[in-house]
Amino acid sequence: MSVVSVLGVRHHGPGSARAVQAELERLRPDVILIEGPPEADELVALAPELEPPVALLAHVPGEAAKAAFWPFAGFSPEWQAILYGVRAGIPVRFCDLPAAHSLADQGPAAAGPKDDGDPATAPDGDAAPGPGPGSGPGDDAAPEPPADLMRVDPIGTLAQAAGYDDPERWWEDVVEHRGDTPFEVIAEAMAAVREGHEPDEREARREAYMRRTLRAALKQGHERVAVVCGAWHVPALSAPLPPAKADDALLRGLPKVKAQLTWVPWTYGRLAWWSGYGAGIASPGWYHHLFTAKDRPVERWLAEAAAVLRDEGLPVSSAHVIESVRLAHSLATLRGRPLAGLGEVTEAARAVLCEGDDLAVELIQRRMVVGDRLGHVSDGTPMVPLQRDLRDQQRRLKLKPEALDRELGLDLRKPLDLERSHLLHRLLLLDVGWGALGQARGKGTFRETWRLQWRPEFDLALIEAAALGVTVASAAAQRARDLAAAPSVTLADLTGLVERCLLADLPQALPEVLSALSAKAALDTDVTHLMAALPAMVRAHRYGDVRGTSAQGLAVIVRSMLDRICVGLPVAVTGLDDEAASALLGGVDGVHAAVALMSEDTGGPDTAESAPQASPRGRWLVTLRGISDRPDLHGLIEGRLTRILLDAGELDGAGDSAGDRMSRAMSRGHAPTRAASWIEGFLGGGGLLLVHDPRLLGLMDAWLTGLSGEQFVDVLPLLRRTFGGFAAPERRAIGERVRSADRAERTADRGVDERRAAAAAQTVLTILGRARG
Amino acid sequence: MTVLRPHAEDQYAEELAVLAKDDDRPRPPGWKLSPWAVTTYILGDGERVTPKYVGARRIVEVAVATLATDRALLLLGVPGTAKTWLSEHLAAAISGDSTLLVQGTAGTAEEAVRYGWNYARLLAEGPSVEAMTPSPVMRAMAEGRVARVEELTRMPSDVQDALITVLSEKTLPIPELNREVQAERGFNVIATANDRDRGVNELSSALRRRFNTVVLPVPATAEEEVDIVSRRVTQLGRSLELPETSTGLAEIRRVVTVFRELRAGVTEDGRTKLKSPSGTLSTAEAISVLTSGIALAAHFGDGVLRPADVAAGIVGAVVQEPVSDRVVWREYLETVVRERSGWRDFYRACREVS
Repeated sequence: MSVVSVLGVRHHGPGSARAVQAELERLRPDVILIEGPPEADELVALAPELEPPVALLAHVPGEAAKAAFWPFAGFSPEWQAILYGVRAGIPVRFCDLPAAHSLADQGPAAAGPKDDGDPATAPDGDAAPGPGPGSGPGDDAAPEPPADLMRVDPIGTLAQAAGYDDPERWWEDVVEHRGDTPFEVIAEAMAAVREGHEPDEREARREAYMRRTLRAALKQGHERVAVVCGAWHVPALSAPLPPAKADDALLRGLPKVKAQLTWVPWTYGRLAWWSGYGAGIASPGWYHHLFTAKDRPVERWLAEAAAVLRDEGLPVSSAHVIESVRLAHSLATLRGRPLAGLGEVTEAARAVLCEGDDLAVELIQRRMVVGDRLGHVSDGTPMVPLQRDLRDQQRRLKLKPEALDRELGLDLRKPLDLERSHLLHRLLLLDVGWGALGQARGKGTFRETWRLQWRPEFDLALIEAAALGVTVASAAAQRARDLAAAPSVTLADLTGLVERCLLADLPQALPEVLSALSAKAALDTDVTHLMAALPAMVRAHRYGDVRGTSAQGLAVIVRSMLDRICVGLPVAVTGLDDEAASALLGGVDGVHAAVALMSEDTGGPDTAESAPQASPRGRWLVTLRGISDRPDLHGLIEGRLTRILLDAGELDGAGDSAGDRMSRAMSRGHAPTRAASWIEGFLGGGGLLLVHDPRLLGLMDAWLTGLSGEQFVDVLPLLRRTFGGFAAPERRAIGERVRSADRAERTADRGVDERRAAAAAQTVLTILGRARG
Repeated sequence: MTVLRPHAEDQYAEELAVLAKDDDRPRPPGWKLSPWAVTTYILGDGERVTPKYVGARRIVEVAVATLATDRALLLLGVPGTAKTWLSEHLAAAISGDSTLLVQGTAGTAEEAVRYGWNYARLLAEGPSVEAMTPSPVMRAMAEGRVARVEELTRMPSDVQDALITVLSEKTLPIPELNREVQAERGFNVIATANDRDRGVNELSSALRRRFNTVVLPVPATAEEEVDIVSRRVTQLGRSLELPETSTGLAEIRRVVTVFRELRAGVTEDGRTKLKSPSGTLSTAEAISVLTSGIALAAHFGDGVLRPADVAAGIVGAVVQEPVSDRVVWREYLETVVRERSGWRDFYRACREVS
């Protein structure tokens, strides 16, 4: 007579996992059936080589959107059952509805758009085909839990009804301390809960399939069968089983697709937010702790939290830990709970260890409650859809992965080349450096040169990235979102990321990246960072315009960045030394060039302001003008501002011409070195101005000749640096001007030999496109 | 009763009596009520007991559990977050006495925490118990009650440190008489501190670790805060006997919005991040901005509260530190206020005064 034991578990419940471990040791079954897709039966053998958290991934080759994940952590009861089965050398089988059916059932509606960035479209929440993560109900949970929550996590719901916010502590407190085995208690409770429940079609089919697998196992002559499944299904699998005929009828003619399964690495962060089945588990790190801690979980947890805080340099003593343990226990008593749960230890850590500091609490939350554990898969794992998608695209775009280094020139005006470029940029985002972007960006923005070389480790990188999405595009978009959400991200990283998203044509990731960027820009107190970031953003904005990529919101961010720069710059220009001044000068130049590129229509909705205020260029010039009148500026900055304003045609008022300003800057009131740096700023990059404006030249000449010998030696290096930067013909022209000014001669009077000049003039005209005949 | 403001234990004596009568749960030694009943007294039960503190339940639970473990409780928060209010009611519920109070100021002397002397008797009789004037803390120890220390971080550090022995050894030595006062069971200390004062007289880490810290948050939602502000503004206007002005809820809402956004560093719609100025921007300051705006409108305006009346007050409240706060305010004005529909008059008013 064969014995069937049905172990009803809470998915991802460490208490269940421990109970399953003990129960399997006691039962010594000769076959184990686990809730999950039966196609994964062969993959079970790989389990001991994997490092959880990992997930079973079912996908349909060629249909990227059809995929489902069954995540397992070390503390998942299913995982412990698999490990036991492999260790004991007994067959382990999955008994849920095959993925071939459940994926086929998703239909076109669930499949959604191909590149929606969602790593997988999971089956309907209320009838999860696999271990749906248990819910961690918060304190705000409704008093009457909805029926589907009950079905996904009946144990969690029961615990909540009993007044526990941590179902695992309820398990330990109520279930484990009753009877020989917790599973009898669970079976009883579930029978009561399911009394009168009529399963819907999907659920009925799944349970029918489970029964069918169970019957098959019994038929094969297995003596002791252990079934590990969600607690909800226990009554449906308990003896006596209904006649097989009804189940066969239910399972007849199910739609079917060709599904493939593999293991992919998973993370605790993903377990926490993964919501394919509805609720994620909020605290994988805490569950991991509950599962691995030998005893006294509260004490160990708080001691570990103290260690985490100490690592960050916060002073936390053992006395703190003692007091926090006491507080956790008395809070539990006050709340009428026999054991302290995650809620109580978190409050205790907040009040005692962190001394009320929210940042420290967040640190514990991030490092410990969620945790940053990343799973690994071994070499023999079958191919993931991401690899498959890449292979399809390689074939379509006629790009072969070759280990040999080769160069590829792309003309982005051709659709094929543009797609190739997108693919390579996306792969770069996924840390797959198949192509390295070459230098040839100089001539025209429509050319790209890549060096292609495929290395075997890229396959591994793709497997690692498999959890991000099933297509290269969706995975890259997800990676971009993750990068943008990283706490340590800097403004420069984000602007770079925006450009990369545009290059890789990932508009679906842009909203998140842009909102992170705008948040970062708002909080950055250093205006020079903003100034450094602005040109790239303006470029990206124009690029988006040119390519027709919708970079919605970018214009708004660019404009608000400029607003912030305009507000912050006046403060930033005070008290600069030479080095800081020249750094800021670069920033001012960059912003000025960028502002020139900003189209006027980004000016915003309001027209009530006076006209120059409205356009970005107007606002920028008004700011510069405001600054340029200040007496405490560094010479370099003032010189450059004067030049910018002069070039922009802003200096035409009486007493405010460039000459007047220069005259003021050159006057005796200023130290010669300041005047010299003013000249450097004013003339930076080109001396033609001096050739064409005799008044400015005269002013400078007068200033220079008026210097004493000692002063002249002082300013000489600065002047040398300024004038040394000019092109040789410019220098010569200036020199000639100075000489001719001395002789009071007009150089223009010198006759021009028209015959000798004709050839040169003709060439110039040809270049200008005005050649005649 | 003719007093202007009765103590909590007198004002709510009935509620305390009702709770004590029905309270059958175990009471910690020296407590008048069980921890459950104390929590109910603070949060209300919806019928016989009115809520004293409106806010998250977990805050009150942590506070009560802390006091039950004979750890001292430190209530932190920006001004106007009901720290004092909560400490008074906790003391009233636990000890039935909220009067054992030390107010922390820059001039608080050690005698206020330990004991002083009646110098006439000291000179006449020499050192004796009768010649001593015990501090509220000492009396609380002797009687097993809860002592309250207000604005702990305002006290000089050496005075603060007088609490260390009291909190760790639960004893207060009197070397002059060669004796000591040992705390009866039920003794505890509730301190309040303003967390914007951090760094003024920072608690020594020795003292700090004898407290469990509970941070009281600012009102959670804009509606809640608008409600608090408009009620207080009306009350204040009445007590200051200001001429009647028509105060639109819109203007109150606007002031509260500005304060909340700058305080939180993010706009209410959650789309735009902002820098926060150095000031506290508490609910209390919003109230005073509005009150002075009403005064302006009543005496110099047309009796209607207009954006111009509150603009100067807001700028004054936001710009506490002339350079960096001004940048924060200008940024806010240019990036948020300017864009917002219906705020154009407010934007102009602010531009004029800043």
